Amino acid sequence: MRKIDVSAVLSSKSVMADAGPSCIDVTHLNLFYSKTKRALNDITLSIPKQRVTAFIGPSGCGKSSLLRCFNRMNDLVDDCVIEGKITLDGLGIYEKTVDVADLRRRVGMVFQKPNPFPKTIYENVAYGLRIQGINSKRVLDEAVERSLRAAALWEEVKDRLHESALGLSGGQQQRLVIARTIAVEPEVLLLDEPASALDPISTLKIEELINELKENYTIVIVTHNMQQAARVSDFTAFMYMGNMVEFDTTDTIFTNPADKQTEDYITGRYG
Amino acid sequence: MKASAKNHGHHISKQFNEELEAAKNHMLEMGGIIEKRLIDAITSIVEIDSGLATRVIEDDDVIDSMESIIDEECNLIIARRQPAASDLRMVLGIIKAVRDLERIGDETSKIARMSIKLSEEGDFPDGAVEFRRLSERVSKMVNMALDCFARYDAESAVEVAQYDATVDMEYGSAMRVMITYMMEDPRSITRILNVLWALRALERIGDHAKNICEHVIYMVKGMDVRHIKLDDIAAQLKTTE
Repeated sequence: MRKIDVSAVLSSKSVMADAGPSCIDVTHLNLFYSKTKRALNDITLSIPKQRVTAFIGPSGCGKSSLLRCFNRMNDLVDDCVIEGKITLDGLGIYEKTVDVADLRRRVGMVFQKPNPFPKTIYENVAYGLRIQGINSKRVLDEAVERSLRAAALWEEVKDRLHESALGLSGGQQQRLVIARTIAVEPEVLLLDEPASALDPISTLKIEELINELKENYTIVIVTHNMQQAARVSDFTAFMYMGNMVEFDTTDTIFTNPADKQTEDYITGRYG
Repeated sequence: MKASAKNHGHHISKQFNEELEAAKNHMLEMGGIIEKRLIDAITSIVEIDSGLATRVIEDDDVIDSMESIIDEECNLIIARRQPAASDLRMVLGIIKAVRDLERIGDETSKIARMSIKLSEEGDFPDGAVEFRRLSERVSKMVNMALDCFARYDAESAVEVAQYDATVDMEYGSAMRVMITYMMEDPRSITRILNVLWALRALERIGDHAKNICEHVIYMVKGMDVRHIKLDDIAAQLKTTE
């Protein structure tokens, strides 16, 4: 019988994000900043590879604490105790044998305020490679150009690579920091409020950049701005008081969340 | 500000461009299928082809599932991108136009069902002229309404919408002719009633095509013209140029 095939008729059907293999697996994670202050409470989740995962939730809900666990930034906090397990591609990152410097090369991080080094644009991007002992000009030139292109900054700075990075605008500085992070070819990018200090247009540029980078990197972003999470992420985790309340595709979280707390938060009823 | 068909592709976010483009294209593809179904349903009556009519009825599922898919796409655009200004109007326009298209699909199924009933009674002399004339006008109207949507052409949309009055008038006169037939030969009442239902479906399709034109005017100009006289709209459009 002749029957029209809907999916064939609709030339470019929009696809729901599928999780695929996971990159970071968190199992029963607890985090204490002191004996009485518990910041994360039995967190279990899998961060899918080469997807953008957003953590949303009110201030103090533990989203940044969780993000910092992924490259052991919490090691720098005194009295911070972590229980449970986090694996990156199967490797337990809190094992005693893990080289933290190497882990942080594999898991790059970008913070809220752009923090370029007081050096030239070129040296900022080349820095990570130089401390790895790479000094060949050809290799560095290539890596700098590749990273700046990937961070959508090359066209704007190619004529002033040897000027100070501090002369760039906030949005450009943030993209420079992202270029510096990806220069050392990490697997995961952790973005902690990467656009909250930027104007709306720079914010959109960073968001578009995130969308392009996910082809090659697993990206985890913490944001206060729910609409930003809706725009950039494939998966969204809603956290509240140190608990992982709901983790699902962004489409589901923003159109039909399962949990009432999630619904209240994303619709502005929380509080 | 006046919107044009091209300005939905200039966002910093490429994904946003693609999503808007996909929703609009899917809606127009749905329109294409609906146009073809309408022509098939009309042909099935004129050529007394009940096989064709049956296929038209079967295809209604396709229209329904397309409606759901496009609605879902628009939902996600609103939830994830918070469209504003001309983008918002386009998403709302698509949601509304899809609904009208789906209703055109339903009316088309009615025509196809009448076609099957008429074919069971053999030939189709009385009312054939009226049906053919109205069906030509209405299918042209649907075609032009979709064309206005694709081209973001508010001026032509007003003209197409104005054309609905002509369709209504012809429907009125066709109905009077049908009543005369029924009075002349009461045995033909059942058959003429079927023709009348098909005419009625055509008239409703004209109304939906008019609605689509109104959505186009809203998308392009941001004017809600649903409850304003069409002549006034035409004048107003000139002043907002």
